[in-house]
Order: sequence, then structure tokens, then C-alpha cells
Amino acid sequence: MDPIEIRLPHTIQRPKATPNYGPRTHTTRPIVTGTSVIAFKYKDGIMMAADCLASYGSLARFRNEKRLMAVGETTLLGVSGDMSDFQHMQHTLESILTQEYDMDDGQKLGTKSVYKCISNIMYNRRTKVDPLWNSYVIGGLDNGEKILGYVDLYGTTYQSATIATGFGGHLAQPILRRRVEGREDELSEEEAVQILDECMRVLFYRDARSLNKLRRAKVTAQGVEISEPYMLETNWSFAESITGYGS
Amino acid sequence: MTSIGTGYDLSVSTYSPDGRVFQVEYAQKAVDNSGTAVGLRVKDGVVLAVEKIKHSRLLVPHANRRIMTASKHIGVATAGWISDTRHLVKRVRDEARDYRSTYKVEIPAKIIAERMGMYAQAYTLYSAVRPFGVSTIIGTVDADGPQLYMIEPSGQYVGYRGCAAGKGKQVAKTEIEKLNLDQMTAREAIKEAARIIYAAHDDSKDKLFELELSWVCAESNGLHVHVPQDLFDEAIQHAERSLNDDDDDDEMEGDDE
Repeated sequence: MDPIEIRLPHTIQRPKATPNYGPRTHTTRPIVTGTSVIAFKYKDGIMMAADCLASYGSLARFRNEKRLMAVGETTLLGVSGDMSDFQHMQHTLESILTQEYDMDDGQKLGTKSVYKCISNIMYNRRTKVDPLWNSYVIGGLDNGEKILGYVDLYGTTYQSATIATGFGGHLAQPILRRRVEGREDELSEEEAVQILDECMRVLFYRDARSLNKLRRAKVTAQGVEISEPYMLETNWSFAESITGYGS
Repeated sequence: MTSIGTGYDLSVSTYSPDGRVFQVEYAQKAVDNSGTAVGLRVKDGVVLAVEKIKHSRLLVPHANRRIMTASKHIGVATAGWISDTRHLVKRVRDEARDYRSTYKVEIPAKIIAERMGMYAQAYTLYSAVRPFGVSTIIGTVDADGPQLYMIEPSGQYVGYRGCAAGKGKQVAKTEIEKLNLDQMTAREAIKEAARIIYAAHDDSKDKLFELELSWVCAESNGLHVHVPQDLFDEAIQHAERSLNDDDDDDEMEGDDE
């Protein structure tokens, strides 16, 4: 009998030895990954959510990770993709924030600046063909103006009233289009939370790399607030009636 | 100075026959010409104070700070040449960042003091360089609590409960020795530091000066910040009042005679 082949993310389909011809390669796949981040504008600012899972391939490896972080006092950062690249970005941002603090000029790093800074880092790395394997969502209030932007491993950027990364781009984005767009200045906090939970519930039902343990975060005039992990109510009774798929 | 003209003071790489390096001593002189800088280590924090002498009324208030932040939790107060100071503070910042990126913890006071001591000392070895004309006071709160170090132009670095450098260092040190630093809170230390700077100030030599006050303590969330305006005003009031009291005492004594 053949031995069982275990296919972990870093062992899949790799040449036995690095050939001394062909293109030079750097990171060619993410290893420990986080799934979707969803975010949108509402009346008081920005809402964002992400679950607490960092997967190792299909294995739910780390189940208490923080994928939302505050950058300075008015900016929120959410991350999908490779977690070690995210940690590298965290250290870079921490260094920049310390440098700014040391200036002691009373200036605070605003959301637009943080967004531009992260975008530049991402584009610079993709230009070296050594990208940071992430999608970032940057949200915050810059002098009272709501800013919500996206940047990914190719250095692609866009700003929008609603943003969803990864699987969320397929499953949550249509919900956000329907429920948020055009209403971002009137949505109450209660309704925003309800929309966020609806999106995350759909994602938990259908995204096999997600976890029913998530954090919610908001940026308002009062600053950044990231919640403790919480669970969503789900109902799996319909699963009984599913036929096919090996059952 | 009998040493002048003997030829032993031209370079930092030559000892005099009685075992001194005059260039280092001259650097110390440069420090002694500067406005006073004081550091106090108390039970719950560190306080830094500087007498910033202003050479012109045209200077913008609070510009050209002589207390600088080197990392979120590290304050640097200096006496000596401001241009040398800026170079050294950049070095403190670089060392702090380097340590953080290597170990992911903020640099402990002992280590930053050692590294800055080694750096200053390297400038006492070669004829192509001159020693820094700066005494650097480093104040921080790390895992072992409040810490205060002073680095001399010679590279000597020592930890202190209270230290002073610059013109008024004798007066300041005498005043600091009277304080019960281990029992004092940072809030009280602010007032004392302000009072000491005012007491060390010589009105006959320098008319214009500006007080700088900063701290690292629980009230500043462990960050190095300039003290809040209300506490700053209170400290200045306290300093001016105690200065006037002293003057009154002097007059009283005069009356008796």
C-alpha cells in the first residue's frame, strides 16, 4: 500500500530541489491565512468585522487571532491573507507611529496618510515581485471625513462605501450593496451591527475557512473601538435534509 | 588652565603626562556653559526639567526643545550643544528602534544607557573626531520601574536617583540632595524640578529663559510627554513663590543686622 500523502500548504507540488534556471521566485503562496474582512461606512463612521481564525491550509490552526487593529487614534486596519506578512506590516506600522510620536509636533497620523503609506508598501513589494500576501481594509475618520479604502498584494487600491475582501467579495458584497450603499450617512449603529452580523453569518455558513468567533470594530469621533470576540446564532437543522455530497 | 600651550590638548588621542585627556575635559566645559538640566527619579515615575536659555526675544515660544522624545517611553534632556544633542537623540532613537525590531520589546534603560555610553566613548579615542559637548539625561519607565541615567562626554554613564548638568548643576545637586525622592510622587517631583531650575537660574547672566518639563509615569500612560499645561502653570507658580520667599528671608536677615 502506498504511504498516505499529507498535503500541507508548503509541501504542495514543489520541485524536489530549487532548479538553477527559470525565474527567481520569492513568496509564491500564503501559508497561515485569515479569511474575509468586511467593512462599510455608517452614520457615525466606519464599521468592520473579521473572524478570529488563522487557517493552515484547510486546518483551523489558530482560533484566537486578532485580524483587526488600530493604527494611531483614528484608523482601523483589517487584514486577509498571510498572517506572518500581516505581523511584518504591524511591526512596520509600529515603527512609523513611534517615529511620528518622537517628532513631538502635535501632528497625528491621519487615516488618509495611513492608507497611502500601506498602499505604497504593498505596491513597492509587488514591484519587487515579492509581495506581502494580504488584502488590507483601512477605515477611519480623517478630520471628520469618513475614509474607507482597500489595498491588496498587487498594490491595487480603491475606495468605496462598502468593502469586502476574499470570500466576502462574493458573498457579503451583494448584501452590502443592497443594504448600505446610498444610505451610509443615515445608517444607525444598531442597523450597522445588524448588517455586519448578517454578512458574517452568511460567510460562516458558506466559507469553509471561517469561524463562528469574530470581532467587530468601529471608528467614530470617539476613536477606535475593537470588540471582544463573540459568537453568532446559527441554525444547522436544514443540514439533515441535504442529500448528496457523500451523505 | 596651565595645560594650554603644552601641546597635549590638541587631540583626543593623546594623554597628557599626568594622565588626562584635555579634549574630553574641554567638552565637559562646553556642557558647563549650558542652561541647567535636571532629572528626578521618584517612586512612580521620572521627571525631566531644563532651563532653556533664550538668546533672543524673537524666538518662537516652545520652539527648539531641549527635552526630546526618543521612543514612546524614553525622554532625553540635555545640557550642552544643541546640535550635538540632536545627533545623540537620533542615535538613541535608532538604537531604540533597532532593539524593538530585534526583540519586540522596548529597550530597557540599562541597555540604552550602555549603548549611548559606548557611543560617546568612541568619540574620545580618535584624533579625527571631537567628543560630544553634551551631557545626556535619559529618563524612562521600564519593566524594573522608573530609571534615570546620565551620560557624560567622556562616555561615563551612571544611574541616578537625581542628577543635574549645566551651569546650575552645583545649586541643583544641593537642592536635589535635600529631597526624599523615594517617597515622592511624580506630581510632587514636577513642582520640585521647576523650583530647582528657577533656583539654579542666574538672573544676572541670562535674563531670558524658558522652563521645559516632561515626565514618564502612570498618569502619562507610561509615555514620555511634556507635562499638561495646568500642572506646568502650577509648577511655575510654586517655583516663583518659593523664589520670592527666599528673597523675603534674605531681606528679613538684612533687617536684623
